[in-house]
Amino acid sequence: MAATDGQQFPPPKVLTYPASAPPLLVTQGAEGRLYKTTHLAPNRPCALKYRPPKPYRHPILDARLTKARISSEAKVLERCWREGVPVPAVYAMDPAAGWMMMEWIEGIPARVGINKLLGDRREEEEEEDAEAPLPETCETLLADLMRRIGAAIGALHKTGVVHGDLTTSNMMLRPRRRGYGNGSGADGDGDDAEVLKGDVVLIDFGLATQSMSDEDRAVDLYVLERAFASTHPRAERLFATVLEAYKETFKKASSVLVKLEDVRMRGRKRSMLG
Amino acid sequence: MAVTDVARKKRRIALGCEGSANKLGIGVILHEGDPANPKSTVLSNVRHTFVSPPGTGFLPKDTAHHHRAFFVRVARQALADAGVGLDEIDCVCYTRGPGMGAPLTSVAVAARTLALLWGKPLVGVNHCVGHIEMGRAITGADHPVVLYVSGGNTQVIAYAEQRYRIFGETLDIAVGNCLDRFARALAISNDPAPGYNIEQLAKQGGRVLLDLPYAVKGMDCSFSGILTRAEELAAQMKAGGGKGPDGEPFTGADLCFSLQETVFAMLVEITERAMAHVGSNQVLIVGGVGCNERLQEMMGLMAADRGGSVYATDERFCIDNGIMIAHAGLLAYETGFSTPVEDSTCTQRFRTDEVLVKWRK
Ligand SMILES: Nc1ncnc2c1ncn2[C@@H]1O[C@H](COP(=O)(O)OP(=O)(O)O)[C@@H](O)[C@H]1O
Ligand SMILES: [Mg+2]
Repeated sequence: MAATDGQQFPPPKVLTYPASAPPLLVTQGAEGRLYKTTHLAPNRPCALKYRPPKPYRHPILDARLTKARISSEAKVLERCWREGVPVPAVYAMDPAAGWMMMEWIEGIPARVGINKLLGDRREEEEEEDAEAPLPETCETLLADLMRRIGAAIGALHKTGVVHGDLTTSNMMLRPRRRGYGNGSGADGDGDDAEVLKGDVVLIDFGLATQSMSDEDRAVDLYVLERAFASTHPRAERLFATVLEAYKETFKKASSVLVKLEDVRMRGRKRSMLG
Repeated sequence: MAVTDVARKKRRIALGCEGSANKLGIGVILHEGDPANPKSTVLSNVRHTFVSPPGTGFLPKDTAHHHRAFFVRVARQALADAGVGLDEIDCVCYTRGPGMGAPLTSVAVAARTLALLWGKPLVGVNHCVGHIEMGRAITGADHPVVLYVSGGNTQVIAYAEQRYRIFGETLDIAVGNCLDRFARALAISNDPAPGYNIEQLAKQGGRVLLDLPYAVKGMDCSFSGILTRAEELAAQMKAGGGKGPDGEPFTGADLCFSLQETVFAMLVEITERAMAHVGSNQVLIVGGVGCNERLQEMMGLMAADRGGSVYATDERFCIDNGIMIAHAGLLAYETGFSTPVEDSTCTQRFRTDEVLVKWRK
């Protein structure tokens, strides 16, 4: 949802202390708000994730879930970061108060990047042939991104963590320092293309758990596969590339992929009753 | 979209037959004006429910028998209530699936008979799409995220590019099934519905919240672990040994309350996540569990927090009914869709996203 002005919602207490720059409400996401603020030094940007109380939830259940989720999110992030999985570093937290501070990741969510590329193409396509396949550059770019996504998930699963909410909204594309400044802008697709070349950084570990089970890992992939089908129907078939790269990065992938087939089957079976 | 002959008519009327679970429903709907956005009027909506004794569930064979036994009575009533002549009816719609095989088949056979008898085209309808279209028509929600919650299904759905796409769903049993089976553990009456009686009993609870597992994975969720734990607690209570977090014995009402608070919080959470994902602030609840007022209230609080609102219908439209089948079937028929008699089968498996939603942009 669009971020609205920060005054509309009461911020957590930690953000009410004097600071050189006021905190900026970036998004009101699924269950938390994300503020951009600074940590220790005014030139060190950080993301503050705040899970406000949910009015619809029983207060006891609400407190239990909020606390457990903030601490588990921080614990999992720290573990990933130590093991070299691309995630934001944790700076500080207060689980009972419902917040955690982490490294600020520049860039945009993968969902936005992908849709921008596909969306732009759609407009061009109307003038030309609607049935035309994706232009080769576009296809290569997307396939390459899928490979990096697959590799990131492979690295994640290797450390014994499952994400629990894998969607293209929960992956940031962080611009690479070097790749910038290709100059002229003569190529109309240049910017969108450049964005897709960013590093994949996994975020939003609010539902992550530590698990080594094939089943949990397969469900992780299944959640992403379905999110993909619903969010990027035009790029659905590219999902196979994600799995390919996953397999290359993660030694134990083959048994997970067998399990994935089971999970998909169950998905189909679930449609049995109305 | 090519304009079909029926779409050119000022008044279009369909009869719909539903029997995918323990409700037999027959209804007659009228569409007027632009088929892309018709004015819909419910001419009749008759239902007869097969109620099994407390502690038991409804079995396919008995349910199918019930539907066969009551079909003629319910159909006559629906026609009489509607007050339309047979010549005014444009098509006969029936539930093709998903649902329980035997009950589905018995109603399909009956619908086929009517179509042949009256010389009307037949239209096979996806049950879930029926719920969604009826919900949209009644509430006026135009582009909502849909929470579809019933005895057989639990799905979070949003429309995109001519399909109702499933964003999240249960990874094991449906929420309604969880409630129904829990009702059996406490031998709560199935009349009018186990879920309704749990809701009433829960109103007497609230002193304590019993700890039940909370299982959400992304936009999916699971209920079997919760059911197992709730059944264990019910058994403890019956044996006289159950104590709540305050050290006092808990009651059946406390259990109902805790179960509702937990499973509904999960449903609201996955719905909210889907709303954030697609950038919508409307939510429509359909399916039998959708008439639970506590669920509607919780959903309303969430939606208000996001600057939006919740749309829900009452038991006439939430609980399985024939009118929704008539409505969704007529929408499809107006685009030129019909089901030849030789293809008029039913299927237990029929995913919501398999249907091409030709009547929407
Ligand atoms: N560390 C970060 N750096 C920069 N932006 C972030 C960071 N974490 C999250 N965001 C932004 O905030 C949005 C919501 O955050 P997320 O952690 O996914 O919470 P939610 O549970 O609300 O989805 C993300 O989609 C992303 O755009
Ligand atoms: Mg997120």
